[in-house]
Amino acid sequence: MSSYSITEPSKPQKWIAGSLVIAYALITLMPLLWIIATGFKSPADSIAYPPKVFFTPTLEGYVNLFTTRTRQTAEFLAANPPQTWYAEIVAKYDMVIAGPSRFGERFLNSVIIGFGSTFLSIFLGTLAAYAFSRFKVPLKDDLLFFILSTRMMPPIAVAIPIFLMFRQLGLSDTHLGMILLYTAVNLSLSVWLLKGFIDEIPQEYEEAALIDGYTRFQAFYKVVLPQAATGIASTAIFCLIFAWNEYAFAVLLTSGNAQTAPPFIPTIIGTAGQDWPAVAAGATLFLMPVMVFTILLRKHLLRGITFGAVRK
Amino acid sequence: MAEIELRGITRSFGAVTALQEVSLTVPDGAFVVLLGPTGAGKTTLLRMVSGLDRADAGQVLIDGQDLSRATPAQRNVAMVFQQYSLYPHLSVRENLAFPLKSPLLRTPKDEIARKVQEVAEVLQIAHKLDNKATALSGGEMQRVSIGRALVRQPSVYLMDEPLSSLDAKLRADLRIELKRIQQDLGATFLYVTHDQIEAMTMATHIGVLDHGRLVQFGPPREVYENPVSIYAASRLGQPRINLLPAGLFGAAPPGAATIGLRPEQIEQGEGSESTVRRVEHLGDQTRLHLRCQDHDLVTVTDAHTALQPGDSLRIRPKDPFYFDAAGARL
Repeated sequence: MSSYSITEPSKPQKWIAGSLVIAYALITLMPLLWIIATGFKSPADSIAYPPKVFFTPTLEGYVNLFTTRTRQTAEFLAANPPQTWYAEIVAKYDMVIAGPSRFGERFLNSVIIGFGSTFLSIFLGTLAAYAFSRFKVPLKDDLLFFILSTRMMPPIAVAIPIFLMFRQLGLSDTHLGMILLYTAVNLSLSVWLLKGFIDEIPQEYEEAALIDGYTRFQAFYKVVLPQAATGIASTAIFCLIFAWNEYAFAVLLTSGNAQTAPPFIPTIIGTAGQDWPAVAAGATLFLMPVMVFTILLRKHLLRGITFGAVRK
Repeated sequence: MAEIELRGITRSFGAVTALQEVSLTVPDGAFVVLLGPTGAGKTTLLRMVSGLDRADAGQVLIDGQDLSRATPAQRNVAMVFQQYSLYPHLSVRENLAFPLKSPLLRTPKDEIARKVQEVAEVLQIAHKLDNKATALSGGEMQRVSIGRALVRQPSVYLMDEPLSSLDAKLRADLRIELKRIQQDLGATFLYVTHDQIEAMTMATHIGVLDHGRLVQFGPPREVYENPVSIYAASRLGQPRINLLPAGLFGAAPPGAATIGLRPEQIEQGEGSESTVRRVEHLGDQTRLHLRCQDHDLVTVTDAHTALQPGDSLRIRPKDPFYFDAAGARL
């Protein structure tokens, strides 16, 4: 143990530190808050100048996001009074709801592809990282460099070869294709990050488990994995954020079937004028899963659970 | 329990030879203590027996069966690690139960609970069972790691300095407790220590390792009273054996280069002249630091001696050990 003392900060120091953190949080959260607010504005309020900070909230944006609408004559509207609260909202603009929009399925595609590729990246990454960390792998350093080298250019640089390959393989516009693609991009990150975390877990734990009557795989599963939880959680967040937000490949490789939310959200704007509230509503909902995922895994992000049970 | 036999075990790490043709039989029910300084190969030898490490050459036999290529689980060995290696994500209770839950043993729940409780009481950690393994003091961790071995009945217990970080009182208690457990179970122990009290009191056999070679193997009294070399003689005895030029006290056998004198091999009152340089009162004994013909030596005298620094004292060897120039016993 090194000997150092931690002095309690004084009251003013705490105040200054606290205000700085809050100021920083507000600055970084500003665009986010603006998007969330815009989602609840009317189209007129959303483009008002000077921008409106205070406004009457409305669900128009969300209704427009989830529906397709058609314009109708005054007689038709008079003959068919709106039956529901959302029909009433669109009736103000002389419209009726024609049916649901495709946002729901695009969002579901994002969930399937985002979480699917994250799971696969973590599953394969953990096994590979463990092997690189513990076993004598032939050409280990070269392999690790090769894996890292896939990160040395922007993924979109290989867009055309991938586009052609996907067409040949029948992977264009499929969930499987997108999951494989995002996994391929994320795998280098997950192998390297997880190898770092697993390197830090002392081998003695596995040796103790081997002595205690477990096989290598059981030791990995029962002893290494729980201790790698921190690393797995943070790596999973990184992988999910990439797959979730990815735009360029999604535009290029998906259309009718496996299109994810990022290429879909901008198309909302064109259906009836510049519908910023609907776009903002879509963006708000799109942000939620990553936020929830991060909050759920937050406790695993705390370091130090393995600290202290092996004498150094 | 089982007999362990090592045949010509050799292991190198790069250019360093950690073990060189070590052959050794640990009889069923024996308590074998391995002695040697850091780097002598003690821990490597334990790892060979455990199966955590494989020998470059040689065989490991357990109960007559060649298990040189078997996994630790197949060998059914228990080991106490020097670094404790408790599972940090588990409680003390779960740590102790871990080997019992293994696919090797598959112990029923109530029996696990009983055994864990029993071992925890012996090791005086019953009140800590629900603590996280990381929320313990060093001594408590060490006891949990001993407990994790003792819940089992393996073919052999391998212990790597298991009492090293305990306080003196607990160490004395556990020394007796481990010896009692070993005798009650008729268990086979292979035990590494630096502490010669542990070696002398617990061992049925002592193995002395020197740079990866087993230089002497036998009962503790034999290793103490009949060491094969300067190296083996220096491993046991407090204060350490005095090593002086062979001719210092007169005629020496031909070929002798060094005379070795333990305190009880120095007779006081007659013989060569020496000067008392320092008197250390340790309570139960008193150590005398003497200077005899330009050579320093340490011996033991009566606890209530009246000798003072500067006094002179006549000494002469009694049944000394003679060693040749290479350090081998004559």
